[in-house]
Amino acid sequence: MKILVCVNHVPDTTTKVNIASDNISIDQNGVNFILNPYDDYAIEEALKTKEKFGGEVLVCSLGGDQHKETLRKALSMGCDKAVLLKDLSVRDSFSIAFALSEFAKEYLPEIIYVGKQSIDYDDSQMCGLIATFLNWQSVTVVVKLNIEGSKVIAEREIEGGHEVVSSSLPIVISAQKGLNEPRYPTLKGIMESKRKPIDEKPAAICENKILVKKMSKPTAKSKGKIIGNDISAVKELVRLLHEEAKVI
Amino acid sequence: MKILVFAEQRENQFKKTAFEVCNAAIKLGLELNSEVVGLVVGESVSQIASKLGGFGIKKVFVVEDPRLKNYSTSAYSTIINQIIEKESISILFLSASAMGKDLAPCLSVKLNAGVASDCTQLKIEDGKIIATRPIFAGKSFVDVEITSDKKIFSLRPNVFTAGIASNETAEVLKFEVELLEKDFSTIVTEVKQSTNKKDVAEADIIVTGGRGLKEPENFLMIEKLADSLGAAVGASRAVVDAGWRPHDEQVGQTGKTVSPSLYIAVAVSGAVQHLAGMSSSKYIVAINKDKEAPIFNVADYGIIGDAFEIIPALTDEINKLKSH
Ligand SMILES: Cc1cc2nc3c(=O)[nH]c(=O)nc-3n(C[C@H](O)[C@H](O)[C@H](O)COP(=O)(O)OP(=O)(O)OC[C@H]3O[C@@H](n4cnc5c(N)ncnc54)[C@H](O)[C@@H]3O)c2cc1C
Ligand SMILES: Nc1ncnc2c1ncn2[C@@H]1O[C@H](COP(=O)(O)O)[C@@H](O)[C@H]1O
Repeated sequence: MKILVCVNHVPDTTTKVNIASDNISIDQNGVNFILNPYDDYAIEEALKTKEKFGGEVLVCSLGGDQHKETLRKALSMGCDKAVLLKDLSVRDSFSIAFALSEFAKEYLPEIIYVGKQSIDYDDSQMCGLIATFLNWQSVTVVVKLNIEGSKVIAEREIEGGHEVVSSSLPIVISAQKGLNEPRYPTLKGIMESKRKPIDEKPAAICENKILVKKMSKPTAKSKGKIIGNDISAVKELVRLLHEEAKVI
Repeated sequence: MKILVFAEQRENQFKKTAFEVCNAAIKLGLELNSEVVGLVVGESVSQIASKLGGFGIKKVFVVEDPRLKNYSTSAYSTIINQIIEKESISILFLSASAMGKDLAPCLSVKLNAGVASDCTQLKIEDGKIIATRPIFAGKSFVDVEITSDKKIFSLRPNVFTAGIASNETAEVLKFEVELLEKDFSTIVTEVKQSTNKKDVAEADIIVTGGRGLKEPENFLMIEKLADSLGAAVGASRAVVDAGWRPHDEQVGQTGKTVSPSLYIAVAVSGAVQHLAGMSSSKYIVAINKDKEAPIFNVADYGIIGDAFEIIPALTDEINKLKSH
């Protein structure tokens, strides 16, 4: 089975976000980039799918040369091949998904894994977008997955519980924490990944549908009140919540 | 410019977020001088559909079919797509809930429409709709305009007010959609409810416990406080990773994003990844014995002290207040 996993290269969660002088992007100075945390689960599930059915796992990312670092990490975890859809333009999710789905039409996988969301723009759109471009099925926020023949049974997280979803291949799955325990790259994996090539291809072009007007920082909360240092503060806290904040 | 609101229901009951979305759409509709119509999809939803009139919606379409009892990505998106085409709708509003987030991108491609997802604010500038959405887990905001003719906005739950329903009822119209077998290619076969538990993603009050509680048994104290407030119990990643609490209670970057009216953080340090999930709460209370804990930077009210003393006392005090 041919398996495609799409990964993103994003600022580390502890990064301080500074807005660049153009007011519509972030200042990348001193920012440490990592493999999008949810994509670890997507890669792990792709590798497990290969272990079950045989075949190969191709990892793909759309972006600049920096994305190679993330592709290299995916290779060291055990992906077989990597493709960089090289593109330096500003793209929204729609346009990225278009290019990824055009690539999928060339590679012809039976299943595509993505992460639940990119932790930079928090869009959570890629799974449904790619699937619909390809006219495939999709299941988002998946925490349990079972593929038998062409039948797919997945469990997804919803408010207050889980939904068990029945679907079929070909399919795009978005991976949520809990789906699996991502493996760490082994020393052997790291050595081998250095020998695996990263192919570069141009990304298919598609117009954006979202225009970024400006970025802003949240207004800092005026520093809160420390009500006290012990049990004697409890009465006052309850009074404030009831009378001032009116939330209880 | 006609606006459609997809009003989410489960088990024939509207979600609170459905009303939030109605309210936000009506407001925008007034400013744009556009008609706002509703859509309810399910097994037999005609009964509840007229309720949307209480939020200002005059006309509601229903699509009913026993096969639509449970959610189906493929069938629901086919239905919404068809109604948008037939009724010449240009703007779709839905909730950025599990269902809304699943539907929006599928509709985006079908309708060739851009999606502004998880919006926390909507405004009109020079006749254009500008949506504000949090990025980098709330560390920053971005204002976006959708440039395609058709536009989709998903609204973050608990941010827009639902308001109080009036007695008005909406006109309910059946919308006929021919659903083929292939439209049910992806379908929910079972919903596994977590045992009657309130979900942090929907709760109006949340009490979260952190690693400072030392042992899983001590969460009993947190549960009691939550009960006294009718609140949901939340957890930091440290306690979820330790196996003390289930993952569906985790708040933060890799857990759930919440914005309740009251968030009480007990023995939680307030790491950036935790703050990412809860800093947009309306009121935040922090109880921590370390006065340097970063949670105090976002708290409206704080007590620097020992949770084991303060939480039982707080629970008693709230029970007293409630019994008045
Ligand atoms: C990629 C990534 C994603 C992450 N995602 C999340 C996420 O989604 N959610 C999340 O929560 N974390 C997340 N984290 C982890 C985060 O960095 C912190 O490690 C975690 O939030 C700490 O949990 P805590 O506050 O319960 O524990 P600690 O940091 O150990 O804090 C315990 C607190 O309890 C206080 N305390 C101790 N005893 C008492 C007492 N008797 N009374 C009162 N206070 C007391 C201490 O002063 C301390 O402040 C993530 C980390 C990474 C790297
Ligand atoms: N530039 C990209 N290249 C490849 N995959 C991506 C890219 N951006 C996002 N993805 C994938 O889509 C998932 C969801 O991202 P998003 O819809 O942006 O929140 C990510 O976890 C990745 O798996």
